[in-house]
Amino acid sequence: MKELKIDVAVIGGGPAGLAAAIEAKDQGAEQVMILERDVELGGILQQCIHDGFGLHRFGKRLSGCGYAHHFIESVASKEIDVKLKTIVLEITDQRIIYAMNEIDGMMRIECGAIILAMGCRERTRSQVFIWGTRPSGVLTAGTVQRYINMEGYLPGEKAVILGSGDIGLIMARRMTLEGIEVEGVYEVMESPGGLTRNISQCLKDFQIPMYLSTTVVRIHGNRKLEGVTVAQVDENRQPIEGTERYIACDLLVLAVGLIPENELSRQLEVEMDPRTKGPIVDEHFMTSMPGIFAAGNVVTVFDLVDYVSLTGEIAGRGAAKYLQGKLNLELPAKDILPGDAVNFVVPQRIRTANAEDSILIYFRVKEEMRKVEVTATVDGEVCMRKKHPIALPPEMMVEKIQVGKIQEDARELRVSVKVG
Amino acid sequence: MKNEFTCIVCPMSCVLTVEEQNGEITVLGNGCKRGKEFGKNEFINPKRMVTTTVKVTGSHLNRLPVISTEELPLDHLFAYMHELYQVVLEAPVEKGQIIIENIGGSGVDIVASRSLNQIESKKERA
Repeated sequence: MKELKIDVAVIGGGPAGLAAAIEAKDQGAEQVMILERDVELGGILQQCIHDGFGLHRFGKRLSGCGYAHHFIESVASKEIDVKLKTIVLEITDQRIIYAMNEIDGMMRIECGAIILAMGCRERTRSQVFIWGTRPSGVLTAGTVQRYINMEGYLPGEKAVILGSGDIGLIMARRMTLEGIEVEGVYEVMESPGGLTRNISQCLKDFQIPMYLSTTVVRIHGNRKLEGVTVAQVDENRQPIEGTERYIACDLLVLAVGLIPENELSRQLEVEMDPRTKGPIVDEHFMTSMPGIFAAGNVVTVFDLVDYVSLTGEIAGRGAAKYLQGKLNLELPAKDILPGDAVNFVVPQRIRTANAEDSILIYFRVKEEMRKVEVTATVDGEVCMRKKHPIALPPEMMVEKIQVGKIQEDARELRVSVKVG
Repeated sequence: MKNEFTCIVCPMSCVLTVEEQNGEITVLGNGCKRGKEFGKNEFINPKRMVTTTVKVTGSHLNRLPVISTEELPLDHLFAYMHELYQVVLEAPVEKGQIIIENIGGSGVDIVASRSLNQIESKKERA
């Protein structure tokens, strides 16, 4: 087995991993290595050919690949070691990575710090429980995206989309442009899952109908998909009898949500947050295990890549500081908690003495609210207030909090949203 | 003439009612100035970035993603797509390389939105 010793290993070469590796290197980590299972860097951005990426960071609407390009070029210019077609098998709490690829064979990599940047994965048919046969032609939206945008296959002629998350909406437009008839988008919830601008530009531009509180209840066809049955659902998301409708189609596209890909993190037994389905992280995006950091969609599913890159940079900076002995982990960490109307917060912990002057807190609200006030409280005392015209579950919110306002002896910081 | 649009400038999603009377365009329902501008543009000539892929040979991928250098009129989208579907390229391709200049006489170019290297076996044969 090949034995290596490096400063920082980044697992995953998508937007979080790229930003993390660049920042770790810039902040003084000498040997930085990216371990990527695909044949090239960029992660899912390489199949996102549509525009809208990088509005925050570059002030321009880039395509996903265009956005990735900036970071890939930067990695190439910085003597960062990139191992492609490499799969990580195990990470130990002693920061040893076991990985393999066809060139190096098995590797044992001793790391000063590790950054988990494995991203997220799509929910599949078995996770949304649809009855019926198991024919071909039932694909996740991301798979369809890869087939069409990279491999050059058209996976069907007439499609039904289940789920109104952003990928589903993007693929409705994409399939229409490629000549696939999109019959409609079906969403089990009462409100759409994706961003308003995607509903407008991807559905309304092409007169594609969206049916809310409606879902696919059965899949038909033996070898090849022949059709689906859709039905309206009641407030408990149970199909309403008598509302069933059969739709002939040869492609069912599932856009039913994303889950952080945390097999490695769970095996490592870092502390997980059941709300985000990712590791609990502190102000430097360090997990509960010293020297092991996490960034991007592995922590929680973000809706903007700009945020993913930002968290990568925070983790990269954290890893460099950890190596330099600048993080005092003896200090007790304070909890950052979701308050009223807030679903989750990231990060979930802070050691104020280690933190920079301010900290960004990412969170989502539980339901749509208008004219809201976001408040952050330290042990019940308000330390930040901010008004927003609207808060929507699909749009992640982010607030900056001055760390100086959190007293040394405080126990917790809480983020709440209320109307008014 | 009268039309309704959902404003996509920010997450507020204001419903804009845009009306033309005697050559004058009025926007109602907007919460801000930017919304007014958006409503007017959507009414007169809605524009979008054009993104799609074109066929490419000699690379590890079969499609090259392309993007317009500026927004193009939505009305002509399918005509632009038709023109792009005629294109067949050979790798290598550099990001930013012009794929179609002045598409449909619009004054806007379509460029490669990533680089694609030539695959090794192809290089050896050449």
